[in-house]
Amino acid sequence: MVDWLWLIPVLPLTGFFTLGVFGRRMSKSLVALIGVGGVGLSAALSLLAAARFILTPPQGYSITRTFWTWVSAGGFAPAVSFRLDSLSLVFVLVVTFVGFFIHLYSAEFMAEGEGYSRFFAYMNLFVSSMLILILADNLLFFYLGWEGVGLCSYLLIGFWYKDPVNGRAARKAFIMTRIGDTALAVGLFLLFSKLGTLDFQAVMREAAAKWPTGSSLAVISAALLLGGAVGKSAQLPLQTWLPDAMAGPTPVSALIHAATMVTAGVYLIARTHVLFELAPSVQAAVGVVGALTLLISGFSALVQVDIKRILAYSTISQIGYMFLALGAGAWSAAIFHFMTHAFFKALLFLGAGVVILGLHEEHNIFKMGGLRKQTPVVFWTFLVGAGSLSALPLVTAGFYSKEWILWSAFSGPRGSYWLLAAGLIGAFLTVLYTFRMVFIAFFGEAKGRLEHRPGHRLKTPLVVLAFFSIVAGFIQIPRTLGNVSLFSNFLRSAFPLEDAGPGSLKGEAFLEILSAAIVLAGLFLAFLLFLKNARRLNRFAATRFGVTGGRFLFSGWGFDWLYDRLFVRPLMWLARINRNDIIDLPYLGIAEIGRESHAVLSRTQTGRVRWYVTVMVIGAIITLTLVVFL
Amino acid sequence: MTSVSAESALVVAGILFVLGLVGVMVRRNILFVLMSLEIMLNAAGLAFVVGGARWMRPDGQVIFIFILAVAAAEVSVGLALFLRFFHHFRTLNSDEASALKG
Amino acid sequence: MASFPPSTSRISCHDHKKTRRRYRSKRKPVNFFFYLASAVAIVSTLMVITRSNAVHALLYLVVSFLAIAVIFFVLGAPFIAALEVIIYAGAIMVLFVFVVMMLNPGRPTARRNRGMILRVWTGPSFLALILFVEFLIVLSGRSHALASRPVTPKDVGLSLFGPYLLGVELAAMLLLSGIVGALHLGQRKKSSAHRFFENGGPS
Repeated sequence: MVDWLWLIPVLPLTGFFTLGVFGRRMSKSLVALIGVGGVGLSAALSLLAAARFILTPPQGYSITRTFWTWVSAGGFAPAVSFRLDSLSLVFVLVVTFVGFFIHLYSAEFMAEGEGYSRFFAYMNLFVSSMLILILADNLLFFYLGWEGVGLCSYLLIGFWYKDPVNGRAARKAFIMTRIGDTALAVGLFLLFSKLGTLDFQAVMREAAAKWPTGSSLAVISAALLLGGAVGKSAQLPLQTWLPDAMAGPTPVSALIHAATMVTAGVYLIARTHVLFELAPSVQAAVGVVGALTLLISGFSALVQVDIKRILAYSTISQIGYMFLALGAGAWSAAIFHFMTHAFFKALLFLGAGVVILGLHEEHNIFKMGGLRKQTPVVFWTFLVGAGSLSALPLVTAGFYSKEWILWSAFSGPRGSYWLLAAGLIGAFLTVLYTFRMVFIAFFGEAKGRLEHRPGHRLKTPLVVLAFFSIVAGFIQIPRTLGNVSLFSNFLRSAFPLEDAGPGSLKGEAFLEILSAAIVLAGLFLAFLLFLKNARRLNRFAATRFGVTGGRFLFSGWGFDWLYDRLFVRPLMWLARINRNDIIDLPYLGIAEIGRESHAVLSRTQTGRVRWYVTVMVIGAIITLTLVVFL
Repeated sequence: MTSVSAESALVVAGILFVLGLVGVMVRRNILFVLMSLEIMLNAAGLAFVVGGARWMRPDGQVIFIFILAVAAAEVSVGLALFLRFFHHFRTLNSDEASALKG
Repeated sequence: MASFPPSTSRISCHDHKKTRRRYRSKRKPVNFFFYLASAVAIVSTLMVITRSNAVHALLYLVVSFLAIAVIFFVLGAPFIAALEVIIYAGAIMVLFVFVVMMLNPGRPTARRNRGMILRVWTGPSFLALILFVEFLIVLSGRSHALASRPVTPKDVGLSLFGPYLLGVELAAMLLLSGIVGALHLGQRKKSSAHRFFENGGPS
């Protein structure tokens, strides 16, 4: 039906090649046209595909297009094939849509610096890899996209490579996600060796048939996949790279480290959900990881001063919510939150970008202020995004998605009180840090003047994303409020075994009221602390407890320090010991022996005749001895 | 009729040869080196003559004659070189001539 | 089987520097002369290599050669004994003496050689000793009697002009090359160009 499905990932890829080869000779407008247009065309095509998919659903609610066999070696024959089902369709729509607006934004945002074509080339490559990741039908092709997005993340974090700090951040991100990638690769090996295939559907079928629930093979393979997801999605324990990744340009942070790449882990777990259902312990671990991560990063976000770092910790926290949902068995809820989060987080990053650009690369919120009056557009869209992030009741999309998660955390197949408690505390924290950011940066007296007036290419994405941050929630309204279940119905084809989660209506209503109350309370507290009466907070922060606690939270609960002591220092010590390269020693040793023997032997060339005669005599003696005695 | 065995004569030749060898190895003065060489040649010739005397053939003596010729030629050329050496280095120490050109 | 030594007139033209010959020999006196001459040769050779004065060493060398000539005579090679005295002791050593006198090293050489210490001798002596011991080992256990009669010059002459004719010619060429070499090397710093070319040539 949709024969042009392959164009969706390929169009940005051709954009990458064109810009990579010819980009430097093109004018900036041509570069922007190709870069933004490629993704825009993909977005249009995916809208078209979605329309076809929804209006005339294909058989089995999925379309698979195989193009060629990638490898064929002894029973291992993964194909280059794309699969479009409801899950991948949601992701494709979000990625191309948000990606298009971020590209449009970057056309103006990156216009002043150098490397314009390089930026768009990398961004196009990223979008293409992400789409490959989403549309891949088998794990190997998926892994190709996975690696591709990791590469683009590295290239784009270290985009301004002349500053070594950016290079270090890029390396940190790459190495930490590599750890996860290795776990994923081992998982792939295991799955192939035990099940004989890497095709997603086949894997899930075979695993369900061959492995009983809770068997060690299922647990190990699910745990390995979880390891990969944890790395890419910056969850515990591999979450330390994401705050440092803010060294990249703001559109990069918006696209890669908020909306798309970091959700690849969520996508992986959702895609292979059968495996996780077969390993309940691992699924519980998913939930625990999500809960812990959202709490830890939520606390850390409270004390940050760099606006992008606040948003980074917030991203980690929100993905923690998605993991929480996955752990509780609410697959669709996690995907819904992914969608709304993509909208409002991208919006927040883009808004922050305008502010940073306007204040000449000022990231510190305490040096901002009073921006409310200077850029109304940015302020209102930012406010909408912040509200959606905080899940302000009823009007924001974030409310509906977070509600669904909180309800599933309690009533889902693997839900529990603990997960619910974590989610509620997290919601409180979210409001607190989000509105701390808003109040300090946008209210109060102005500490800097916004130099750069945002043009329409900067403002349009903000407005559009703000619109969706409100509206996108209305396609899934819980039963107590209106019972619209467009989204969950749509995804039912992908998650056939998902529990509809009956539960009691009263319980659901109570939870909604409770969470709304928590959110409003947090808003009020933020208002008190950060807008009204900052003095009390400052006094508290100056106490011993405040200072050390603040420092602890500021450093992200000391994980960087821990990893430095545990891994980095021993490795550097080993590298320093091996400075002369023990493996090289035999090879160098041979050369050294040659040189030494040369030095020794050259000393026999004294030039003195007496010495030569003596040596001749010695030789004669040796020869004679050999002749006489042997 | 002599009861001198060939071996004892050869022993004498050996002693002389070895003494000449020591002289070549030890003495720094080139003249002494040349003299020690003469001793060695002479000792070798003695050995040849002993050999010829043992088999009662003139071959040993003939070879000694050739050795004489060689020694004569060698001495003349050697002493001429020795004079050149002295004029160049102004010393008779053979250790002085231990550096190759370049 | 003629008696030893034969009383030919040719052989009686010995020089008479230090040795004395007895023409009526018995076994013992002959052996005695052999051992005496050997001892003299060895002792004087030892003196040669240990002297610091070149002229002293040369004189000792001459003595050594004369002693060896006696040994040759005892071994039944009178012709060679004569040649040893005439050519080796008489010509070659004289050449040495000429050169030494020409240089007049005298005191300078003596001064330099006074630095001869015993330590320099130990190594080479040890090596030479090993060599000699091996020589002895090869020789050991055998005993061969020597000639009962001397090998006459006639035999030598016949051999030289017979089988060794080529060697003789080669020896002659060798001597020629020695002369030419010595002549060339002995030249002083004289320009080798002909005086015809001295003023720039014919043009």
